[in-house]
Amino acid sequence: MDYFIQIVTDLLPGLNGLPQWLVIPSIMFLFGALIFTGIAIYSLIILWFERKIAAHMQDRLGPMEVGGWHGWLQTVADAVKLLLKEDIIPAVADRKLFKLAPYIVFLAAFAVFAALPFSDKIIGSELNIGIFYILSVSSVGVVGILMAGWGSNNKWALFGSMRSVAQFVSYEIPIGLSILVVVMSVGSLSMRDIVMAQDGGIFNWMIWQNAPFNFIAFLILFIAGTAETNRVPFDIPEAESELVAGFHVEYSGMRFSIFFLAEYANMLAVGIIASTLFLGGWQGITGASSAPGIGLIWMLLKGFLIVLVMIWFRWTLPRLRVDQLMYVCWKVLVPISFFNMVGAGIWIGLSS
Amino acid sequence: MRAYFIDIFSGVGSVLVGMRVTFSHLFTRSVTEQYPREKIEMFDRSRNRLHVDIEDCIGCYLCDKACPVDCIHIDTIKARPGEDLGLTEKYEKKKTFVFPKFDIDMAECCYCGLCVFPCPTECIYWISDYEFAEYDRSNLNYHFGNVTPEDARVRYEEAEKLKIQKDKEIAAKKAAAGTEIPSQPKDDSTESAE
Repeated sequence: MDYFIQIVTDLLPGLNGLPQWLVIPSIMFLFGALIFTGIAIYSLIILWFERKIAAHMQDRLGPMEVGGWHGWLQTVADAVKLLLKEDIIPAVADRKLFKLAPYIVFLAAFAVFAALPFSDKIIGSELNIGIFYILSVSSVGVVGILMAGWGSNNKWALFGSMRSVAQFVSYEIPIGLSILVVVMSVGSLSMRDIVMAQDGGIFNWMIWQNAPFNFIAFLILFIAGTAETNRVPFDIPEAESELVAGFHVEYSGMRFSIFFLAEYANMLAVGIIASTLFLGGWQGITGASSAPGIGLIWMLLKGFLIVLVMIWFRWTLPRLRVDQLMYVCWKVLVPISFFNMVGAGIWIGLSS
Repeated sequence: MRAYFIDIFSGVGSVLVGMRVTFSHLFTRSVTEQYPREKIEMFDRSRNRLHVDIEDCIGCYLCDKACPVDCIHIDTIKARPGEDLGLTEKYEKKKTFVFPKFDIDMAECCYCGLCVFPCPTECIYWISDYEFAEYDRSNLNYHFGNVTPEDARVRYEEAEKLKIQKDKEIAAKKAAAGTEIPSQPKDDSTESAE
């Protein structure tokens, strides 16, 4: 953040004329706006990617008309359409909860980005408990989903949000346990320290350390992260065949698109968290580069790669049943990640 | 306990198999036809829309009679004596009739094709045009008549005059020959479909 403040004050020397209590918040606001714009643009791109990948996996072509080349403007057109659409609030809905819910869901997804290290210098807030903050703040999204389901006054929405909450609360545990493995091997909760510990090329990345414990932890983090973002095969909260659309059945227009934005922001967050913890963060295959932009590119590349694998997952696997979902979490992921954590602890203790 | 681990490994394995399948499909050629730009060639015996080569039609009404839903409506007028109606598709001299009305209502048509087989000159047949959606149902009534309504009115009047003249001639013949000649059948210079 200090780096960003320095850049902005260099670019806009007029800012120094403002009172000190106004300068920092305005620069923070600028940073937030930058991240928000980035998320919006990213979700437009990744949505197009997802539709094209889905289509080609099913031997179709996907959107081909809008914008000329392979329908590259299709998602922009869809976004404009969603923004212009009427925002309907059901007559019997709880208006306050209904209106507030999408913003809370998005807020939770957005707040995570504050502590994600995009590169050596570009990081919203360099917390010494960064990963802990991310874990806790991402859980706030559950409240928004529950509000959406309850406020809609719709049985499908309520079922969807209940399932979502059950799923979210369950899958937090394997995520926490697999993050603990990394935290134990690094010895710090700070995202920056975790990336710094993986310095020096691809073989120093956390995924190869303490073999095989970190690799298993990475797989568990990835599976549980897919579940956290409510994506297939763990998308029972919005199972189309059972619940129409789950917790956002009643939403339309702007608010619906905010739910969408939150989902894709969550995906990117999971991708960046996973690549920060296990895949070396902003460091390239041959180690960190001194140029300022390279780190950001590496980080986004890794994040995108994981998001693409999640998309690949989505168009391959069928949806799990509710009981299967709980089985996978409580009977498979939790014990495995627990023993994995214990094993990693013993390994680290013995090797140090 | 053993089954539990086998389940986990087979689950992970089947996920990998599925992902390999979808990955290979990512690079196979897609089967989509970009419809308005790429059109599928219709096969030869497809039934899409009826067409009539009206210059070949001899006005025999067989298609009209064969039609199970009565969607073919024909009116014929006998040609003027000695009128040159041009050539048929087979470069023969055109016969006898002009058509103020030869309508096929494709909205009513049941696409059975029964009108096609009886046609003696093979002038009614299927064409492969499948893009004939319309906003108004009446636009699906295809007109194949080769005479304008004004011309048709003139021809009707002429035919009427001719008929009256012939009736007079017959009456005159009758008068000349006494009452022995049996009354002749009516002249068929005008006819209507129904």
